[in-house]
This record gives sequence, C-alpha cells and structure tokens, in this order.
Amino acid sequence: MGCISPQPTLDNKSFLEETVSVESSRMKAIGPNYKEFIPPEMVRRMGRIIKMGVAAAKTSLADAECQLPDAIITGTGLGCIEDTEKFLGNMIRNNEEFLTPTAFIQSTHNTVSAQIALLIKCHGYNFTYVHRGFSFETAILDSLMQIESGQAKSVLLGAADELTENSFQIQSRMGYWRQKPADNLKLFEHPTKGTVAGEGAAFFLLHEKKNSNTYAVLQDVEMLFRPDSPEEVISEIKLFLERNGLKESNIDLLVLGRNGDIRFDSIYDSVTETAFPGVPTCNFKHLCGEYMTASSFGVWMASRILKNQQIPDMLIIGKKPETLKHILLYNHYQGINHTLILLSQA
Amino acid sequence: MARRVVITGLGILSSIGRNLPETVESVLASKSGIGILQHLDSPHKDEFPFAEVPWSNKQLLELAQLTDSLGYSRNSLLGMIAAREAFLHASLDKLPRLRTGLISATTVGGMDRCELYFNDFITNDSKNKYIDVYDCADSTEKIADLLGIRDYITTISTACSSAANALLLGARMIRNGQLDRVVAGGTEALTSFHVNGFNALKILDKVPCRPFDANRNGITLGEGAAYLVLESEESASIGGREIIAELAGYGNACEAFHQTASTPDGKGAFLAMERALNISGINSSAIDYINAHGTGTDNNDIAEGLAIERLFGEKIPLVSSTKPFTGHMTSAAGSAEAILSILCLTHEIILPNLNLKTPMPELRFTPVTELIHESDVSTVMSNSFGFGGNNTSLIFKKVSNPKFQIPNTK
Repeated sequence: MGCISPQPTLDNKSFLEETVSVESSRMKAIGPNYKEFIPPEMVRRMGRIIKMGVAAAKTSLADAECQLPDAIITGTGLGCIEDTEKFLGNMIRNNEEFLTPTAFIQSTHNTVSAQIALLIKCHGYNFTYVHRGFSFETAILDSLMQIESGQAKSVLLGAADELTENSFQIQSRMGYWRQKPADNLKLFEHPTKGTVAGEGAAFFLLHEKKNSNTYAVLQDVEMLFRPDSPEEVISEIKLFLERNGLKESNIDLLVLGRNGDIRFDSIYDSVTETAFPGVPTCNFKHLCGEYMTASSFGVWMASRILKNQQIPDMLIIGKKPETLKHILLYNHYQGINHTLILLSQA
Repeated sequence: MARRVVITGLGILSSIGRNLPETVESVLASKSGIGILQHLDSPHKDEFPFAEVPWSNKQLLELAQLTDSLGYSRNSLLGMIAAREAFLHASLDKLPRLRTGLISATTVGGMDRCELYFNDFITNDSKNKYIDVYDCADSTEKIADLLGIRDYITTISTACSSAANALLLGARMIRNGQLDRVVAGGTEALTSFHVNGFNALKILDKVPCRPFDANRNGITLGEGAAYLVLESEESASIGGREIIAELAGYGNACEAFHQTASTPDGKGAFLAMERALNISGINSSAIDYINAHGTGTDNNDIAEGLAIERLFGEKIPLVSSTKPFTGHMTSAAGSAEAILSILCLTHEIILPNLNLKTPMPELRFTPVTELIHESDVSTVMSNSFGFGGNNTSLIFKKVSNPKFQIPNTK
C-alpha cells in the first residue's frame, strides 16, 4: 500500500501514532520528497496530484515487491484541477492567445494512471474512473473483475484528488466547508453545517494470491445511487453481506465516512443503530478531510487494522471487538453516492 | 462460456445529424458536418474549421424537452438527447426493468459553462446555477435521472478513447453477469478549453481534416454524443425486439511511451487491436473493415497505419477514418464511430475516408475514398486512441438476418 494524506501515512511501518491537527477548514496532504520517486526533470513539470499519485503508487509497488502489475486502475473525482485551472486561467487572461500546451496536456483526468504506466513501463489495461463518490469504488469493482476473470493476476488500484485554492473556494460557495475553522481532530464534537476539505492519494497492489505480507482481502464493493431512505441502505447492506456469505453479526468493525456535517451524518446513526447495534465504529474523515475519493483513505486504514489486528485507541468508538475478521466500510458523498466496501482478514 | 453481448439501441447527435435517421441520411450522402463555428464564441473561428452541432443550447433544451432551471451544461444536453434516443430505440421504456447500468464518458465535463463563468464562480456571491456542473459526473447523473437508471452508474475519462472504454466496460459487466443491460457511450461539447489546448499543441488543421493523406496537418475538433444499448442475449430476447449487431471483442492497452504521442510503429494500437481479436476469438483475416482512429495528425496516422499493416499482414481489411464527417468528437468519438461502424453492418456499406487526395507513401494500403454500397461486410473493428497512450479497439459482428429498421425518432 502507499498512502499520501494530511497525516504522516506514507511510511508503512508506523500507523497513525502521530496525528496532525490544523485549525482550518482545509487540510493539505503531506508530500514526501518527490525526487525520490520521480526523475527531477519530470518533477518540475508535474502537477501535485500527479506527483502524489505516482509517489503513492510506487510506494505500494515497493511495499508489495512488485515490479510490474498487469493492470492500472484509478479513480479521481476532479482529476488534475491544478493544471486545468492553470490552462483555463491563462486562456482567459491572454484572450486565448500565446498559450503553451504543458498544463493542457496534464489536465486530462487519466494523467495520473498514464504517468504511472509511463514510469514503470506498464502496457497493460489502463483505466480511469471519474464519478464523484463512485470514482474509487468503480475502480475497485473493475479491479475485482479483472482478477476474478483471470485477465489480470495483479492490479495496481488507486485513487487521487487534489485541493486547490479555487476549488476550495468554489466548493465553499456551494456550502461544503465549515465557515468557522475548527480543529480537525475535534470534527465530530461540534456538529454543524459543512465539513473540512481534504485531499490525498492511496494506492493498493491487489494480487490473486495472498502471501505473508498481505494486509487484507478486498472482498466486494457496492454502489447505491440516490437511495430513497436509510431503510433502503439497510436492506442493500443485508443483500451485500448475504452475497458474501455473511450476516450483520459477522461484522466486527464498521468504518464510517462521517464528516461532522449535520446535513449528512444522521444516516450513519440510523444504519448503525438499526443494523449493527453494539458494533464498534471508526471514523476517518477527521484525519483526511472530505473529498470525492476519501474512501480510499478509509480502505487504507481498514487494511492496516486488519493486518495489525489492532485498532488505535484514538480511533475506536465502542468496545474493542474480540475478533477482527470482517470490516464493513460505509461512505456517502453528498447523500447521493453511497458505497459499501467489505474487507476481511487475510 | 461467457455471455454474448448484443446491441439493441442506438442514439447519436453530432454535426451530421440530430438523431440516428439524420445521421444515416448524411453518411449515405457523404455529407460532412465540418464548417464554420456558429455557436461557440471563439477568436479562432476564422482560423480553423470545426464540426459543431448546429443547434444552440436553447434549441437543444427544446429538443430535450427541458427548461434550464437546473442548470444544464451543453455537455449534459447533448448526452441526454443521444442517450434517450438509444434508450427509446431499444424500447427500454416499455419493458420490465432488469439490472440496468449507465456508463458514460466525458473529458472536460461541464467546462463549456465553467469557462464562461469561472471568475463568477470564484468572486461572485450570487449562486450561479452552473457552479456544480464542472465535474465529469454531472452529465452522467443528469442522464441517469432522465432515464431512471439507478442500478449502476459511472463515468470514464481516458481522453479520446473514453467512449470506447465505456462500451468495453459495459460489455465486460454483461459478460460477467453483473448487469443485464447497459446504456453506454460518451458526450463532449466543443469548448474554448479544447480549442485552445489542441491549438497550443499545434495539431489543428486549417482546412477540414485529411486523415491518411500525405499532406494531413492535424485534427478538426467536433462535438456531440452517442450512446448504445448493450444487452445480454437473454435480456435482448425479451419483448420481440430486433438485435442490431453483436459487440464481439474489445481490447485495451496502454502505450506507456509519451503523454500525447504514439510510438512511431504504433505499439499501443497494435496491442489494443490484437487483444480485441483475442477476446473475440475472431481471426484477423475475418475483419472486413476498420473504422480507424485516423485523426489526421502526422503522428497518429502513421503509427496506426503501420500497426494495422503489422497486425493484418498480407490481408489488410478496408480502412477509413470517418473523422472528416463528424470531426474529432474527442471523448464521444469512440461511441459515435462505433455507431458508424455498425451502420456499415446494417446497411451493407463501407464509409469513405473523405478529403483524402494523396495517399501516404509510407503505407502499403490506401483507405476507401468513395462510399461502397452492397458491401459483403460482416465483421468490423473500431479504433479509439487517447492522450496518456490509452488505446482501445472494439469489434462488431453482423447478426444473422438483421431486419434493422431506422426508428422514427424525429
């Protein structure tokens, strides 16, 4: 795995032992020294999302001791917005004259996947999904299909999104972010309108066979578009678990996409209270912030928990589970894109 | 044995027609949609020709029977009209619902509104109704709401191969048994962003594009949307509907060479075509026609041409690029050209590569330059390649005894 986030997460040895808190409605990812991952002449030109994606991808490949995956499949909500804004801004300022193509070339959403392929010389299947809160989940679905159908033995799966000044401001006008900045680690203590903006990149090397280094088994994924009610979500969870041979009582831990926004968090209460009474939960968006592919941070966290067979004290809500075999991640984006991801102990 | 994937509905809106019947009329008359910009306000309008959809957003709203209260980008309007045509063509509105998905492709999403209102989004406190239409998923969710599709929706963006990849994913999900029906395709509105981006790359031709011509000098940008309804055979047998064609193969490969250029010998193109043949189990000698990516850039046409020669050896199929008809519809090109390829099967024609005067000396084959009627064509390949080296190839097969009727959707 490889994870770049507003927390120090790229080192695969420590696990949230140190956490970063900021008094802001906006959390910035902690970038490594990118020259360790990318040739210097390329680093200078690359947008931040590309650098984050490449560094996270290369870290996950090294962690898995894999040189060349059979396929690269990624998700991104807004893609390379820094380069898009750069080209758009120049175009407007210069009245559509005297433009250089670099920012345009790098603005396409598939640049992260393409640059990873270019750097590791991977000619395999290469795909980029760009559907809001379904972006990463569709990438998971495609990865599982590739492996189950035997078309690929290994898949580099990932997600990346970057936050820019302009995108933060535009989404602020849309009412996404908190008006009064507050400590992100206390995000859930004072629920109000709006949440904290985040960003990051998380990559995972999936393989058809597990080995002694395997973090977890990525079992299944489901996406629900505009469910009518919490009841519909609860019945879909039941079906989802059934098709994986499980019941609600088999879930040892819920990882939830709560973001402290009173408009969006109540459905997490309904679902947990009705379908999973007494099951401990963990939140993650106080650590990574809200963005369209934030669930990838949740999958990173859940995978670490399954491998360590331990939940950090600062994360757990409820009593410690006796076993840690199955984790269900439930997330939704803006109440429209609801997703379920099932992970199990390797 | 994997399930067969068949096509039961087509919908297309481009510079050569508002719908499928108009598109058929245009291709049978070898009528190009390339001309002078009428609707996009651009300082480059006298410099380059474009294949613009000849209707204003207001006219498109009328065509879609919508009011603009929700804030529709041109991208969404084009997509909604074409996707609905495909949906109705397949009579999906009249059938009991099976597991139905929508897989849509786009590159710059609602950029057509964003580039007009960008400063307003940032500086003005009044709520601009287009403020949340920028991202790629916006048009997809609007199409899903229009058609009432909820079982599975997603959006793909792999530059100019996006819509071909939407068809590829749809076919795979049906083969895997995850869905019974998929509306798949792409939509892309002409934007100043694209005009200036391709101009900065110096790959816009000053005259209508000339794919595979020795004097070719770049692309002609187009716009529009095209969607196909894909179904499993079981699903397609419900309701006594006609099957239009079979989607028999698909291949995707990444060239991993350069963000915007192909290798001189077209390695990515070769791999994508070869993988499509492998998946379909069809021998290369059975391919009768290739609807080439054929953009008209120096680099693409030589790389693609050489890859075709290398893969097909002595028996090179008939080849043409239909971009001189529709312009390069970027992320909608894959599905629009899939439909044009399928029309070759249903109408027993081979579409010409318009604007080709001087064949390329580097290639052993010359594309078809005149419309061929009563062609004995049963298997066709359609290529789409994109930035990032994202290459995709699709194979369509004639179904026995197609009684294809052009629907009256005017």
